[in-house]
Amino acid sequence: MHELAVCQGLISQVSRIAAEHDARAVARIVVRIGPLSGVEAPLLQQAYTLARAGTVAEDAELVTEALPVRVRCEQCGAETDATVNRLVCGSCGDWHTRLLSGDEMILASVELLTAWQPDSPATLH
Amino acid sequence: MCDTCGCNVTYGNQHLIRPGGKLARAPGGREAVEVLSGLLSENDHQAAHNREHFDRHGVLALNLMSSPGSGKTALLEATIRALAGELRVAVVEGDLETENDAERIRAAGAPAVQITTGSACHLDAHMVHDALHHLDLESVDVVFIENVGNLVCPASFDLGHHRNVTLLSVTEGDDKPAKYPVMFRAADLMLLTKTDLLPVIEEFSPQRAETAVRHLANPAPVLRVSAKKGDGMKAWLKWLRAEVTAQRARGARGETVRPAMQRDGIRLHAGG
Repeated sequence: MHELAVCQGLISQVSRIAAEHDARAVARIVVRIGPLSGVEAPLLQQAYTLARAGTVAEDAELVTEALPVRVRCEQCGAETDATVNRLVCGSCGDWHTRLLSGDEMILASVELLTAWQPDSPATLH
Repeated sequence: MCDTCGCNVTYGNQHLIRPGGKLARAPGGREAVEVLSGLLSENDHQAAHNREHFDRHGVLALNLMSSPGSGKTALLEATIRALAGELRVAVVEGDLETENDAERIRAAGAPAVQITTGSACHLDAHMVHDALHHLDLESVDVVFIENVGNLVCPASFDLGHHRNVTLLSVTEGDDKPAKYPVMFRAADLMLLTKTDLLPVIEEFSPQRAETAVRHLANPAPVLRVSAKKGDGMKAWLKWLRAEVTAQRARGARGETVRPAMQRDGIRLHAGG
């Protein structure tokens, strides 16, 4: 269960971006996770509810986009789907392949609330 | 600059504010910022710093990973004794609790720093950095970082080391690489340990274990070793000496190396 450590890294990165943009809050965080990253999206979501407490991302939604496992064969050049424990070429079966996608653990984008809204409670008084 | 009517949008910058562009603004005072950096970028930054530190001192750093009880410490004890007078070894020990492993390493004749992680299931680059303050790298050739015994979490964290050495003891089952693909895909060298027990553990096939690693598209050498009886130590020490020589050659050229499997870094940088 290292998802909490991953999440703390995520929150600190997001907090830095929010500060750089003078944002008052973070609305949405989009991450891309491959099955070979070692991070499980449902566990990341659970850890996120703990990690975001008291931060600028306290009310932000976390969106996890799953990426497929894809390999390119170094023998025949085919690009095929693969599974996490069978990264062999789907066309010729050779194991000399290169991973094209599947081990990502990427912060793709964040959506920031940058200005005080007319309906924002802080501007009502 | 006018942000209301769009008069500041030109052919040169309009790609930035299109949906998905770096400065695209979502409705209602929202600003979408494209980031595209690794989730562990803070750890990776510290890891790069650690690696520079090792390189500056001409030190080879190896990350030992395996399940608990696969023989990491026994391998290190045998390695330290075999290399006495030839290579200067130091060890960073990671465990949830106790100084036991560090004491075993010191008894074998090498300096050791124990990191007790509490409940953390892995070492990270910051913990290793703190441990390095307690080692005199000037008088060291090889640093072994003995990670927390765990086949899941340690594989996700770059520590600033140069190579991953993954142990699989023959008491564990030859399908471990298929069950823990993230860990075994990261191995630069796989050591089958406790091979003196192979005669009584008929169900373990070294060939099947190697095939499982190949199915992860991993070309890493697979060596068999018994730290207890000494079988296979020669081949392991040969690999180790070759890595030390390679690290010194890289140092002379001002280059470094990361473990063979590089998480999305390549794609991230290629994509700008």
